[in-house]
Amino acid sequence: MNKRYMKVIALMMFAAVSAFALREAFIVEAQQKQEAEAKQEASPLVVQLCDGTSKLEIEGLKEGDVMPPEMARNIAAKMLATVAQEKAKQTSKWTARDRQTWEREQKRLIEEGDKLFHDWKALGGTIGISCDMCHPNASNTHAETYPKFQTQIKKVAALRDMVNWCIENPMKGKPIAADDPRMLALEAYMTAQRKGVPLDPGKH
Amino acid sequence: MWPLKWKKREQEYRRERAEFFSAVSLLDRRSFIKVAGMAAGVAAAKTALPPHSFQLVDVVSAAQAQPAFRFAYISDTHLYERQLNERFVKAAMRAVQDVNALNPQPDFVLFGGDLAQLGQVGELDLGKQILSEVKAPIKMMVGEHDWFLDMGDKWKELFGPPNYSFDHKGVHFITLMSVNEKDFWTAKNMTPMQRMLTVAGLDNSAQSRFEVGVEGRNWLKADLAKVPKNRPVVIFSHSPLYKYYEPWNFWTEDADQVQAMLAPFRSVTVIHGHTHQMLTNRIGNIHFHGMLSTAWPWPYAPMGLPKLTVQMDRADPFDEADGTGGGQISVHPGGYVDKHYNLWGRNPVVVSKLYLDSWGKQDAPPAPGFPSY
Repeated sequence: MNKRYMKVIALMMFAAVSAFALREAFIVEAQQKQEAEAKQEASPLVVQLCDGTSKLEIEGLKEGDVMPPEMARNIAAKMLATVAQEKAKQTSKWTARDRQTWEREQKRLIEEGDKLFHDWKALGGTIGISCDMCHPNASNTHAETYPKFQTQIKKVAALRDMVNWCIENPMKGKPIAADDPRMLALEAYMTAQRKGVPLDPGKH
Repeated sequence: MWPLKWKKREQEYRRERAEFFSAVSLLDRRSFIKVAGMAAGVAAAKTALPPHSFQLVDVVSAAQAQPAFRFAYISDTHLYERQLNERFVKAAMRAVQDVNALNPQPDFVLFGGDLAQLGQVGELDLGKQILSEVKAPIKMMVGEHDWFLDMGDKWKELFGPPNYSFDHKGVHFITLMSVNEKDFWTAKNMTPMQRMLTVAGLDNSAQSRFEVGVEGRNWLKADLAKVPKNRPVVIFSHSPLYKYYEPWNFWTEDADQVQAMLAPFRSVTVIHGHTHQMLTNRIGNIHFHGMLSTAWPWPYAPMGLPKLTVQMDRADPFDEADGTGGGQISVHPGGYVDKHYNLWGRNPVVVSKLYLDSWGKQDAPPAPGFPSY
């Protein structure tokens, strides 16, 4: 997690680019001459800001080229100024960056749930039965129908009650807590498979 | 006391019901009267129990044509070794008991593939041991769960080549290996067990699509060359020999080519495993019937379901045997079959030759109360 943030920050600062440029300047210069011909048809160098949307094509440079430090500093300052201008105009406190974070975290949770759904050992099963064996792509788990009354257990059940029922019975394991991160991940995976299906609590 | 009396009544009811249904599937003119009488008896016993619709109507439909002969099937047992999972072992043994209880005995028993869950030696040996209890001769078919650990070595050692044909009472039977996959594992440096687990995951998109393959199609071509075009042909394949739902390999990639090879024949029936559900299709001259699994039912795929399929009810998760079972196949003298689905704990369902002959206009099986979500 920390590493991922570090990478983003490093990108944002452009300092890394500059440092790299200084250190490698001599080697790069020699290589550039050799590669100049091969790169004639390569795409232009694009610099992307950490907000995920602001991009700038650098005239005269190709993809893979390294900017001189002075140029990098100027471009960074220019882009940040443009973003500051745009930000002053917007009405929401949430940025595209926030949206990226939400999507990334959601995806991470769904992928974790996907893994658990296919791994009987990770859910404490004991007889080789995993969720996907009866529910490929979480089919027939119909998250949109919960909570609803289950005649067989004589009470209104939430999706997580049914998850635990499956862990205890067909999988012969021990139920997991409602706030167990694994439960959260499983719920994220199952509900993601029903994205767009109208909510229909109580449907049998 | 009351519960005891109730239990006794229910046991009696179940016994009569079982007798009734085994009689229905064996019906000839003489026994029709007997079965009709038995149905009346069942109807009388039913007064204390919820009504079912399995009496005279079923007798009449079954009496429409006389099958030439009958065989039974057991399919998709997905055995782990007994120490890990006893449930699947017991289910397989129950299916063996079912076919052994048939009177008269079926001409033979087809095993529909996926004997093992992960193709391991202990699983396949256990499967062989369980199936050795079957009294009737057994015809083996291979499934992907039997194959992709050692690419069929152990299975072939136990049961012989996966492609073979035989003639029985004027019908040409072909067992066709349809679950080959193009190499997806070498590039990914997978171990044999990683390859097996990938194929064993129905919704695992890292694998390739099932296919008969060039070799298999050549073998089939040579085999069919010897068969007169008016002789009924019955093909056993593990995957459905058509395209139903690609992401789950309810699919055979070269199905179109195989169907084209079968097109000149007067009567072709495909009996397949893999899908663990009641499944019916017809493409031109070819009738397709899916088999039930003894281990667990698959849900119907979200799209691509053949129009002629009447879905079985959604399985009740609280009953581990619901939606599973076995069945029989009655072959008619001119070819084509009635497919009997013996769903454990439910009323049996027959998908008849007449239903497929009439493109679903006649003799439709009962609609499900709770179809797929």
